Amino acid sequence: MALTQHDIDREVAELQDAYDKARAGGAPAAHHPPRDYAPYRSSALRHPKQPLVAVHGDPETVELSGPAFGNTDVTALDNDLTRQHTGEPLGERITVSGRLLDGRGRPVRGQLVEVWQANASGRYAHQRDDHPAPLDPNFTGVGRVLTGDDGSYSFTTIKPGAYPWRNHTNAWRPAHIHFSLFGDAFTQRLVTQMYFPNDPLFPYDPILRSVTDESARQRLIASYDHDLSQPEFSLGYRWDIVLDGPSATWIEEGR
Amino acid sequence: MSEQHTPTLPPTPSHTVGPFYGYALPFPDGGEIAPAGHPDTITVHGYVYDGAGEPIPDALLEFWQAAPDGSLTGAPGSLRRDPVTGGYYGRNGVDFTGFGRVPTDADGHYAVRTLPPGGAPYLSVCVFARGLLHHLFTRAYLDEPAGDTLLSGLEPARRETLLARAEADKHRTYRFDIHLQGDKETVFLAFD
Ligand SMILES: [Fe+3]
Repeated sequence: MALTQHDIDREVAELQDAYDKARAGGAPAAHHPPRDYAPYRSSALRHPKQPLVAVHGDPETVELSGPAFGNTDVTALDNDLTRQHTGEPLGERITVSGRLLDGRGRPVRGQLVEVWQANASGRYAHQRDDHPAPLDPNFTGVGRVLTGDDGSYSFTTIKPGAYPWRNHTNAWRPAHIHFSLFGDAFTQRLVTQMYFPNDPLFPYDPILRSVTDESARQRLIASYDHDLSQPEFSLGYRWDIVLDGPSATWIEEGR
Repeated sequence: MSEQHTPTLPPTPSHTVGPFYGYALPFPDGGEIAPAGHPDTITVHGYVYDGAGEPIPDALLEFWQAAPDGSLTGAPGSLRRDPVTGGYYGRNGVDFTGFGRVPTDADGHYAVRTLPPGGAPYLSVCVFARGLLHHLFTRAYLDEPAGDTLLSGLEPARRETLLARAEADKHRTYRFDIHLQGDKETVFLAFD
């Protein structure tokens, strides 16, 4: 029998309830989604059942340092997804800007930020995306940029559309931009998704709802920022990103 | 107030890489970590499996390691871009960046060519996949160092999952499979 939105909603609500009760009982906040989250069906066979093994790092621990990126790894146009073809892509032009910070609020400088997204119709330029929405010959939906000295990044792009997927009948993903981020240490690696404010699909999406902590979920949603909007050009969204995980410099400072 | 008492900011939550990163994150020469034609080059390869023992065709693996001299500074130039066409130049063939990124193929297979790390004899591996809401870290040890606190703390069967095995019939080639779940589940790591 086909899995309905109602079935998924019930599972999501049960897990939300269990988390909220645990929190009320003094459990610590869960900032990341559990890898075992049944409403997202693809997670069933793709999460480990053994607990993670803790590694107490020292400065020699390889993961407490990380890869370096530089000017050769990006071109000047890589952060403007609207200028990678001869014509203008269709859709609502937006600017997405923010800062990349570590857990102590310090800017992560000169690191690689990568983004990918669907076009304004909700279609990816990926052969396996067979959503019957139009491809846009002027939009690929891939960008990258290095963070500045203050950890800042900025992209010009178009607002992606919502799209259907096959988790259950009538499953739709809220509009989102995929982000990939590097910190100063490999432990700080992050891949995530940025959402747009007030999307009516939020309550129905098991991927967003896998983040059971309400304030953590809010941190995935960009803010509309009128000061970032550019006259006659684009609407501005602000989204700051905070990386988790220790780095070698933390250990050198004696934590 | 000293640095270690600085209040911490709550992190941005992780999300799955999803199914459609394939045209965005992989880049040509992503798995060619060793400078071209280097005589010390080794190949590390294997399969990524799910809990039913099926190979995963849409996983993405990243590798980070020490240089042969043991340094951990890395170098830019893993994904050098062409400022004329907007395409990829490939690596410069000289610098060892210490970083690799490869998607699994339709059979769930991956391969990287690299130089043996100096110091700690392992490649750090970060696993992303559709269905995986938060990436996983593991290590591919090229040999078993005496007194390694991680390995010595594991039962033999679990320790085995972190050991890349030299393949007798292939030149300087190691096999390292990753099982996300199941009897042969790989040991995954948390850093604190
Ligand atoms: Fe997506």
